[in-house]
Amino acid sequence: MSNAVVSDQPFSPQSYKTDEHPIWCPGCGDFGVLSSLYTALSGLSIDPKNLVVVSGIGCSGRTPGFVKSYGFHSVHGRVLPVALGIKLANPKLTVIGVGGDGDGFAIGGGHIPHAARRNLDITYIIMDNATYGLTKGQYSPTSPVGFQAGSTPYGNIEPPLNPLAMLIAYGATFVGQGYSGKPREAADLIQKAMEHKGFSFLDIISPCITFYNTYKVIPPTLGEVPPDHDASNRAKAFELAIQTDKLRLGVYYKTQRPTFEEGVAATITKAQQASPPRLEAIFAEFA
Amino acid sequence: MKPENGHSMPSDSKARAVDYVFRVGGEGGEGVISTGEMLTLALARAGYEIYTFRTYPAEIKGGHANYQVRASGALLLSPGSAVDVLLAFNQEAYDKHIQDVHPGGVLVFDSDSFTPPPSESLIYYAIPMSSLATEKVGIKLTKNIVALGALAQLFDIPIATFQELLRDRFLRKGQAVVDKNLQALQVGVDHIKSIKKQEALLLGPGPRKTKELVLSGNESLALGAIAAGCRIYAGYPITPATDIMEFLARELPKLGGFVVQTEDEIAALGTVLGASFAGKKAMTATSGPGFSLMTEMMGLAVVAEIPAVVVDVQRVGPSTGMPTKTEQGDFYLACYGGHGNCPRIVMALTSVEDCFYGIIRAFNLAEQFQMPVVVLSDASLGHRKATVPVPDISKVPVVERRIPTPEQLQRFKRYTFTPDHVSPMSIPGIEGGGYVAEGLEHDEVGYPAASDHENHLRLTKKRYGKFGQVEPIADELCRQYGDAHPEIGIIGWGSTEGVIREAVEMAQAKGYSVGALHPKILYPQPLTKLAEFIKGTKAVIIPEVNYTGQFATALRKRFAYDFIQLNKCIGLPFTPKEIFDKIEEVARNVKRGGQRPAVFATKL
Repeated sequence: MSNAVVSDQPFSPQSYKTDEHPIWCPGCGDFGVLSSLYTALSGLSIDPKNLVVVSGIGCSGRTPGFVKSYGFHSVHGRVLPVALGIKLANPKLTVIGVGGDGDGFAIGGGHIPHAARRNLDITYIIMDNATYGLTKGQYSPTSPVGFQAGSTPYGNIEPPLNPLAMLIAYGATFVGQGYSGKPREAADLIQKAMEHKGFSFLDIISPCITFYNTYKVIPPTLGEVPPDHDASNRAKAFELAIQTDKLRLGVYYKTQRPTFEEGVAATITKAQQASPPRLEAIFAEFA
Repeated sequence: MKPENGHSMPSDSKARAVDYVFRVGGEGGEGVISTGEMLTLALARAGYEIYTFRTYPAEIKGGHANYQVRASGALLLSPGSAVDVLLAFNQEAYDKHIQDVHPGGVLVFDSDSFTPPPSESLIYYAIPMSSLATEKVGIKLTKNIVALGALAQLFDIPIATFQELLRDRFLRKGQAVVDKNLQALQVGVDHIKSIKKQEALLLGPGPRKTKELVLSGNESLALGAIAAGCRIYAGYPITPATDIMEFLARELPKLGGFVVQTEDEIAALGTVLGASFAGKKAMTATSGPGFSLMTEMMGLAVVAEIPAVVVDVQRVGPSTGMPTKTEQGDFYLACYGGHGNCPRIVMALTSVEDCFYGIIRAFNLAEQFQMPVVVLSDASLGHRKATVPVPDISKVPVVERRIPTPEQLQRFKRYTFTPDHVSPMSIPGIEGGGYVAEGLEHDEVGYPAASDHENHLRLTKKRYGKFGQVEPIADELCRQYGDAHPEIGIIGWGSTEGVIREAVEMAQAKGYSVGALHPKILYPQPLTKLAEFIKGTKAVIIPEVNYTGQFATALRKRFAYDFIQLNKCIGLPFTPKEIFDKIEEVARNVKRGGQRPAVFATKL
């Protein structure tokens, strides 16, 4: 928020905090993601006036209010279309999309392949808690089989989707995984994702302390992307992504190809070379 | 309001008296539409006003297609009633349309394709189009051009306009293609020279000497959007709105803008809202099914107070309905679609020319009041072509949104309360202007206030409060025809304007006291203007191309008045005759009955 009284050194992590206090449950993984985000923004000295944080609905949806910047708290599942519009209007803005696993993979799942293949130059962070926290703990697209909750009293029968493999397949040009319990590593990951030119995707495991507390389950399964992993190799990245025995943190895939914004600029140049940019010239075509 | 149709008419009385309806019919995908289009352009370039109507199958290939063009020396308000000249390429075209040709009318047909039964009342020109094309040009496909040459020679449509058109159209494909087509045209001309002219139907050069544009409603709308400053378009292909997207995809990049074809209509409106939030004028256009999908996003635009223009080129619903056919069935969805208290402005476009100026007004209203504006067109208007004077963009000055002053940015409140209920809106990039465009109920800063009961009422009043300023604009944007204080009133909306106006003229000519009111803003309603109009009438007819009378129903909520509905629900627009017949019927009843109940308007 522009009027935040919390002020610190310009571009310090503290300087990105607003005076709106997060409404999350104490111990929520989202606090870790938020603090990692502050650190990453600080690391890149992002000017708040040129930053837009876009969210959908769910616990993660409140994030824009906690970041000193412009924000857009849209409707459920529609982070990516709104981000597309913002970047079309002003490609110079830094846009970060945030969402939960329900917002991103269930109701909003239809937008991910298109944002990825367009290679829209934004960073999309999923705060993945494998449940619907805000509606009190129903199963989500990343909940494990057997997950027992309000809408699956006899246990979930649907296998979870694999966000990393999915994004690599869809054509995202940067795919990584983080954990809110390791905020320093997550901050580093967010910074790398933001530095990447193109559609960068992060699945950050962010436990729901109230409805699906995985704080004890996750740490023993943590690992790292092997140091010798070739992140530029899409097939290798996919191979690594489908190994779900461990939660390997780090960058799975990273490649470069023209961004959507570059395509737009090139199209405009091409069109303007062919025809004068005047309304009268367009009228003349219909006489 | 001054009428926008400022056509200049020289006093060439013979050409001015010209008023002919041509219809072309044949197999879909075989050039029927392009033949009709070329005839239309040639007539327009020759100096005539034109008004087209076409029906085409929902399928891409095959099925019957037809294209009608009415050409006149004077302003045209409707597609016309009877056909003067039918060009039939096959038996089916003859079977389907011959009953619409009036006695003394002309049938021009491909005698290689079929032989019609002899007729006492019609003039026949049997032309072996297919064999002429095959034998004299060497390409059977040019039979359409042979037919155009025949029409040009038969009815004295300046041949030079056709030649110019063929050059414009085919030059991209090379001089050889141009030459073949010019040759085909001449084959048609020469054939007619060798036979005897049987009737006196002749056009010659038209009375208008100035150039006009020939535009479809959708093209006119897209041009208007560009003039309004729209630079971002997001949409998903849907009949009958797709050509707006295709038009802008071609033109916007020339002006530094862009069209993105999104994955669905939800994303389309989401993208529009994102772009508008970031400071660009943006729009989407769709038809019923897509507009239904946008309903939730409409609510977001309302609560977050984001300017947006949403065009709905209506087609027959519900569900997939009849994709290529016309209806005025989305009034309810446009006005009331969405959950909660959800104010938006709804406009309806009335003519091809109005599409241009109307969409500029829509952008102006969206920017001025920071709310979504729904613009209703329909298949019949979107796809018909008309001659339109070169637009005068100074006629509707472009309005920009209110941005915060440096003082307001000291402690910026995005949704701050103001006397006119419109708050300054900052744009990303403005120092100190940061805020969250918030879909939750929020306070005046923009902070979520989902549990503050009194705040919700204050903010709801703020959002509806904008209507106080929109209503006078709605009053101003009504057009009135016929008697100023009629006994029988007609209230119409959208694309029925021209046919209503023509029906009113017919009725006045017969001595009836008739007048029509045609509001352009349908929500909020122009209550003052409507009340004034209704007051002195003995009966009011509301014609609508829908089953239940959606606008009539909305007016009944505001006026204690027994409106008479006239509904048509067969996927086709009204003809002037249908409305005229209703006027006569109502006039008879009025003569027998008494005064209608008094009128009063209820405020929101």
